[in-house]
Amino acid sequence: MDPIVALDHLEVKFDTLDGVVNAVNGVSYSVESGRTLGIVGESGCGKSVSVLSIMRLIPNPPGRITGGKILFRGKNLLEYPENKMEQIRGAEIGMIFQDPMTSLNPVLTIGKQISETMVVNNGITKEEADDRTIKLLDMVGIANPEERVKEYPHQFSGGMRQRAMIAMALSCRPDILIADEPTTSLDVTIQAQIVDLVKRLQAEFGMAVIWITHDLGVVAELADRMVVMYAGYVIEEANVYELYGNPSHPYTLALLKSLPRVDASRGGERLTSIPGFPPDGITVSPGCPFAPRCSFTVDRCRHENPQLIDFNSDHKIACWVDVTTGKER
Amino acid sequence: MEASILSDVVVQEEILTEALTPRQMMWMRFKRHKMAVLGLIVLFLLVLYSFGGAFIYPEAEANFTNTKLRLTSPSEDHPFGTDTVGRDIFKRTIYGGQISLLIGLSAVIVEVVVGVLIGAIAGYYGGWIDGLLMRFTEAMFNVPQLFLLLVMAKFFGGKIPTLHFLGREFSGSVIVIIVIIGITSWMYLARIVRANFMSLKEREFVLAAHTTGTSNASIIFQHILPNSIAPIVVSATLGVANAIISEAYISFLGLGVQPPTATWGNMLEGAYNYVESAPWLWIFPGSLIVLTVLSINFVGDGLRDALDPHAIVEAG
Repeated sequence: MDPIVALDHLEVKFDTLDGVVNAVNGVSYSVESGRTLGIVGESGCGKSVSVLSIMRLIPNPPGRITGGKILFRGKNLLEYPENKMEQIRGAEIGMIFQDPMTSLNPVLTIGKQISETMVVNNGITKEEADDRTIKLLDMVGIANPEERVKEYPHQFSGGMRQRAMIAMALSCRPDILIADEPTTSLDVTIQAQIVDLVKRLQAEFGMAVIWITHDLGVVAELADRMVVMYAGYVIEEANVYELYGNPSHPYTLALLKSLPRVDASRGGERLTSIPGFPPDGITVSPGCPFAPRCSFTVDRCRHENPQLIDFNSDHKIACWVDVTTGKER
Repeated sequence: MEASILSDVVVQEEILTEALTPRQMMWMRFKRHKMAVLGLIVLFLLVLYSFGGAFIYPEAEANFTNTKLRLTSPSEDHPFGTDTVGRDIFKRTIYGGQISLLIGLSAVIVEVVVGVLIGAIAGYYGGWIDGLLMRFTEAMFNVPQLFLLLVMAKFFGGKIPTLHFLGREFSGSVIVIIVIIGITSWMYLARIVRANFMSLKEREFVLAAHTTGTSNASIIFQHILPNSIAPIVVSATLGVANAIISEAYISFLGLGVQPPTATWGNMLEGAYNYVESAPWLWIFPGSLIVLTVLSINFVGDGLRDALDPHAIVEAG
């Protein structure tokens, strides 16, 4: 199946006072219609920047896309003029954000914010849009939607705001939903509800989902494929069972080890943390960006940055070391 | 015991969330400002005075000159006395009030349109557009406003034909004054709006609006502008007071609205020759100006508090 969105060696840089930050360094990933791609990684690893690039919403200046392609149904979005992008945003690609507290406009009613999207993108009348808004709010599980449309964001709870955001993102039936850490600021029970909601809506609409998170637990429930990013590189990519069952990059391994598990043997085993900090993205070292924090580092890691290669047919990694033996491959 | 306290709390919370829409919250905060409420009442009375009075006395009476009755002191027939050509000051303050208040409001509309447009575009787009617009704003700041007002009043005065509006005649000089006060006073507002836009455009809801395909124009006017309405309203309110003073100033110097059209400002023209001998010439129009400007300033102060989202409504 052809991917609906594919990043092809995307490079994004930010000009800062301290120097040029290499936020995304030749990242490629893709997602097919109806599928879910999970992207995990620490803060600042380029997850959000790469998806904002799909929307062409990297603030410029300071950000600029310096290389690669973003293919949406085979067409390079980077060559689109701004007015054509406006038609794609919302109508074909929807997006929800980490903090539903700040991503709704505080002075507009929930109903207006949702219906406006539809008026702009679908060219329907205000009345039709108002009707559909009520249906959408009902669909995302907001009780009493006829009354709720007239309310302001501050009258909604965090979980309800995220539901409203989802309603807004899905109002024009996009082919792909980008979710940028949508559950991070919600408490655990609400997280589960939102995850279920997105799964249900995805099945209903048949859309693709890109789900960004740093919570490996949440994404395991959702994703078909997983991409692990570090310092602006994709360092491992596999389908979700392969990635959790057979993690082959030291970073992925370390991430999974730092995750509390319900099913772990209660041997008093402590959670491990990854020492050190991710690189700043400004200083470029010739070696693997994870080498300074990696427990498997061999000499080659410090001099040569590994490319993303096929590990097996459905599993790519960027590492010189075989983590099962600890020796260079 | 505990349960009853809890249920009390819940009930109270429900009442609060039920009762306080943003508008009600604003009104509650405004009401606490006693002087602002007083100002609002006085303003209402002044509007009633100058627009209601017009129904009782036709304008011709206000402009009627009777040289036999020059400079008569207040009496039963002429409660505020008569001026140097025998016009009734009471009736002139009614019609003058209309002009002064209209000039105040219209000039502020011009000011707000220009200021918001320039500030919004500069703040939202940033970069060279911001640089260009802000240098222009600073250049306007550098020209003394009064100087500009006088030169423009002199230059454009008498070039605009008379207009009919609201069933009465306005000499072209009224339009001139409105426009020149408007276009010499937008700079502060432009700066306020620009600063507001610069901070608001970084907010996540603007990014979220972008992701739904909203155009720049609609983000500026439908998403960001409503969020910066508070400082604009406050600044515009105070702007009305300034515009009324500016009008009075130019008209006092004889460059503003030309007689026989009365304004509170041009009624003062010439009154300085009779400061002691005929004080009613300046006491009545002068006090009306002071009263209006003070009331507007109090209302502006009240609005500043009422529209401040960080102010909290005290219980009770």
